[in-house]
Amino acid sequence: MALFFLSRPSDLPLARDPSARFLVWITALMVFLATLALAGAMMVSEMAQRWDSGLAGGLTVQIAPLPGGAAAPLDERVEAALTVLRSSPGVKTARALTSADTARLLEPWLGPEAADPLLPMPRLIDVTTDGPVDVPGLAQHLKSAAPGAILDDHAVWLADLRSFTGAVHLAALGLVGLIGGAGVMSVIFSVRAGLAIHRHVVELLHLMGATDRYIARQFERHVVGLSLRGGMVGLALALATLAGVHHASRGLRASLLPDLTLAPWQWAALALVPLAAALLALATARWTVLRRLESLP
Amino acid sequence: MIRFENVGLRYGIESEVLRDISFTLTPGSFHFMTGASGAGKSSLLKLMYLAHRPSRGLITLFGRDMARVTRPELPELRRQIGVVFQDFALLDHLSALDNVALPLRMAGASDADMVEHCTEILRWVGLGSHLHAKPSTLSGGQQQRVAIARSVINRPRLLLADEPTGNVDDGIGMRLLYLFEELHKLGTTVVIATHNEALIRRFNHPHLHLDNGRLHVVPAQPARGG
Ligand SMILES: Nc1ncnc2c1ncn2[C@@H]1O[C@H](COP(=O)(O)OP(=O)(O)OP(=O)(O)O)[C@@H](O)[C@H]1O
Ligand SMILES: [Mg+2]
Repeated sequence: MALFFLSRPSDLPLARDPSARFLVWITALMVFLATLALAGAMMVSEMAQRWDSGLAGGLTVQIAPLPGGAAAPLDERVEAALTVLRSSPGVKTARALTSADTARLLEPWLGPEAADPLLPMPRLIDVTTDGPVDVPGLAQHLKSAAPGAILDDHAVWLADLRSFTGAVHLAALGLVGLIGGAGVMSVIFSVRAGLAIHRHVVELLHLMGATDRYIARQFERHVVGLSLRGGMVGLALALATLAGVHHASRGLRASLLPDLTLAPWQWAALALVPLAAALLALATARWTVLRRLESLP
Repeated sequence: MIRFENVGLRYGIESEVLRDISFTLTPGSFHFMTGASGAGKSSLLKLMYLAHRPSRGLITLFGRDMARVTRPELPELRRQIGVVFQDFALLDHLSALDNVALPLRMAGASDADMVEHCTEILRWVGLGSHLHAKPSTLSGGQQQRVAIARSVINRPRLLLADEPTGNVDDGIGMRLLYLFEELHKLGTTVVIATHNEALIRRFNHPHLHLDNGRLHVVPAQPARGG
């Protein structure tokens, strides 16, 4: 498409304008930023969803090893807690994690030493729910049945997490909007400069009977060609950056970061960013030119 | 074809450059326009090719009352008018051929047609060996001939030329006038503003004579004997 646009002879020597190169680079920069912001928004919402489906409808009970051996052995307390949980309304399943499971969970933070049997490890009980649970009541119950038991209700920090990721998501989309706005302004600026530089040619074409659309098309073609070129550069840079970040995140031993991967449709959506930029540029150029030409007789 | 009734034109707040202009050009007529420098020849032509709206009065063009023509209708009317501008108004970045092709391109002609027609007409005005030259590399007279070729390429119904022979010697001037005569014979209405007395005498046509912003129509001289 770019080639088609560029190969047609133009009545206006726009390609030689100083603003032409400016527009290519500004579009490259904007597409780069918009693509990254969009990718960020997608990753954040993906991440939130994964946490959501992983944690929602679940509780965790942690039973700490108590020093001094005043209480019953850890295994007994775990059994007591399981009994309480399984008889509580709203609890679907309750499963105690083995020490090996726990060690594996902690490995990213503590390294292979997490499996050291001398390390005082708490025991974890993974609880899934299928109805409303009286969280404070259950916590009380657990504490008396199994001293050292702490009930962790994910709902609180899940809600925090949701509002946080929601805010990040909104901010990223807002950023995309701002970048689009700045892009529109650059196109307006560039087209106005072109109209001013080539005022005589524009007036001549007008007098020779060119329709406003014919003149606008000259600018549209020019601007679309430039923004596609810039957009491709910006997209390539953004994809390279994403690939780099992805690579780096995989290299981290402790996978604190969520998986920075996108679904195929999301990659496709990102690849459409330069196209969207070109369409926006086209519409802006048309609007700018048509509005200016209204002042000619 | 064209009818002016009590037309006046002023630029800004200055006094009128054209006053009470009234005349009628019948279809297929041929007129010279004369008058001293600054008399308003270019201004009157600008009114005719719709570059200005009159400050007052009535202009009828191709049977349309121009006061009632809407803006979207103007390009179609303008495309039926061929104009040779006093300063040629060629596009510097386009070759002679592309300059001449401009009106055809606006009308959406195919590339092959354009090249053929434009080459033919440029040969006719003696520029067959300068088809791909940029205007800046052509002499004043050559540029003028490109401008003339462009004005006639789409067989306009009305041809307006502002000093079309100002930069060429009498031989070429004569040749260009014959080109206008050809178009005239094909039915085009022609108005040529000129100072060139030799041409005016050679081609016997009525004058629109401008004097101090007013217009007098001077009929063609009766054919001289001998
Ligand atoms: N755009 C303009 N703004 C203000 N005044 C103008 C403008 N164009 C022309 N005039 C004035 O109108 C008057 C007529 O100018 P015009 O160009 O029509 O003369 P002309 O007969 O074509 O002269 P010439 O033979 O030198 O080409 C002049 O006094 C000129 O100063
Ligand atoms: Mg003049």
